[in-house]
Amino acid sequence: MRPFKYSTINDIKSATNRLATNDNARYLAGGTNILDLMKEDVERPDELVDISRLKLAAVQPITTGANKGGISIGALGKNTETANHPLIRQAYPLLSQAILAGASAQIRNMATNGGNLNQRTRCPYFYEVSMPCNKREPGSGCGALKGINRMHAIFGWSEKCVAVHPSDMCIALVALDAIVNVQGPNGQQRSIPFEDYHRLPGDNPEKDNTLNPGELITSIHIPRNNFADRSYYLKVRDRASYAFALVSVGAALEMNGSNILTARIALGGVAHKPWRAKEAENFLAGKPATVENFRRAAEMEMKNAMTLEHNDFKVELGTRAIVRALSQAMKGGKHEELPA
Amino acid sequence: MQENLENDSLSNDEKQLLDELLSESNDEIAGYGAQRRLFLKQMSAAGAAILFTQLIGPQELFANPVYEPLISDLPASSMENSVRVGFKVNGASRSLNVDSRMTLLDTLRERLELTGTKKGCDHGQCGACTVIVDGKRVLSCLTLAASCESKTVTTIEGLAKDGKLHPMQAAFVKHDGFQCGFCTPGQICSAVALMGEAAAGEISYVTADVRKKSTSLKLSDEEIRERMSGNLCRCGAYPNIVAAIREVHTGKNTAIAWQFAADDNEKARSTGA
Repeated sequence: MRPFKYSTINDIKSATNRLATNDNARYLAGGTNILDLMKEDVERPDELVDISRLKLAAVQPITTGANKGGISIGALGKNTETANHPLIRQAYPLLSQAILAGASAQIRNMATNGGNLNQRTRCPYFYEVSMPCNKREPGSGCGALKGINRMHAIFGWSEKCVAVHPSDMCIALVALDAIVNVQGPNGQQRSIPFEDYHRLPGDNPEKDNTLNPGELITSIHIPRNNFADRSYYLKVRDRASYAFALVSVGAALEMNGSNILTARIALGGVAHKPWRAKEAENFLAGKPATVENFRRAAEMEMKNAMTLEHNDFKVELGTRAIVRALSQAMKGGKHEELPA
Repeated sequence: MQENLENDSLSNDEKQLLDELLSESNDEIAGYGAQRRLFLKQMSAAGAAILFTQLIGPQELFANPVYEPLISDLPASSMENSVRVGFKVNGASRSLNVDSRMTLLDTLRERLELTGTKKGCDHGQCGACTVIVDGKRVLSCLTLAASCESKTVTTIEGLAKDGKLHPMQAAFVKHDGFQCGFCTPGQICSAVALMGEAAAGEISYVTADVRKKSTSLKLSDEEIRERMSGNLCRCGAYPNIVAAIREVHTGKNTAIAWQFAADDNEKARSTGA
């Protein structure tokens, strides 16, 4: 690991100012991703600003403003605490399930909510510094495009990058129309709709998200919703636990009698950003919640996939995963062991 | 204890060593009073240490660290980016200068002589380096020592109390929860923290109903496996590890539930399925 200066900071303003004055400084919160990347020489900061002691950890109901009745999740709350918070478990079970599908107990105890959003892809070409990667080294090419791309994107990729966003938590957050609140140097604050927070690679895959230099996530808001009775997070992976998704689905339904009033479907493991399946959602609105309709909605969405040499299996897998997640959501979103 | 030795042929170091090996908890093994004094007098210093190691058995030896860890502080000037950090390890306050790059794992192993915590992958993928910080199990390989200011760290060396193995350690021994043993300190620290998580009602990805309030959870084997998935065992001692954890969790003696493929075939044949 390259030498770096370590500093602790006690208020948001000093933190954002540190990063505004040093392009090569990075925030340190849980550290589970950045330390690993520094060991691999992928990230090379010359300064780490430890923000983990800032008072930004609270999970609390939103009592004023447009999202009144929703919930605010502190950026520095740990993933474990968020998933287990009684208010989240009761009213946003999709988020609890998604968080718990990710990583391991140890990592969830360390990783923060804001850090989860900002974790980087696990594309092996990004991690291996001897390989070309436009995300790590803009202009060097994409090793995965014609390489081993079984884990890679089927939606929204570009010739420059076919990596996927690795988060499970973010799939629930995008499905639930969350809002990311950030604060920049000089104290200016803004709120970013979750769908606009992460980017598609386009010509600049080195940029994962739409944060400006020095901006720090302070909290994530989830508007109040009526999905708690019917939501489910399904993750399909190469081993039963502690692996990144081949495909994951965050599904949430609000019913009007026997018809679907609103459907939310988001996919993980398929794109450079948490992927909202809008076409499937629109198809399901107003229709009866039948497996047949789930299947048609899923096929409608997945037919837009652009597969690579090794990942065309994700189309059928994704289709079936959507059907299964919606079916589980209709059954109350309880976890069911997958048949062997 | 020291007065029991009455043996001037022992150096101070050797006396200390014997003193530690013969802590009160070993009395039932080592014998009492006059008998022990006589016994000791007949020993040569080196022979005593070896024989006692054999007599007290591996359980007692693991439970009593033979050496007090010595902190080797280095001057701040010897490092490019030195950070002064103080934290508690296994009940003892430690304060030292560390290079900003130093992980908690390397600090424990290389600076604090606590080599029980193992370096497996060093990338947060295997769980061998699991320790308990402020009551939570974490990966010491992805924790900067500099970020541990004022925290409380428990490692495998800190689990045994008063010369007795922690129940989880005893259960791992009983159930052969290891072969090579390299992942074991991490497995045990992880399992110890897991008991606290279950008692606090924390849920997992395989918890059937996350909306249902839970206080003290009874973990199924599926739950134990999911919650221990951050600790890999290349020897594949998983059934034994699950059995050990189940025994501590339920407080009841437990047997490993082996399931052989042949059994299923047999069943299928006999039922004609």
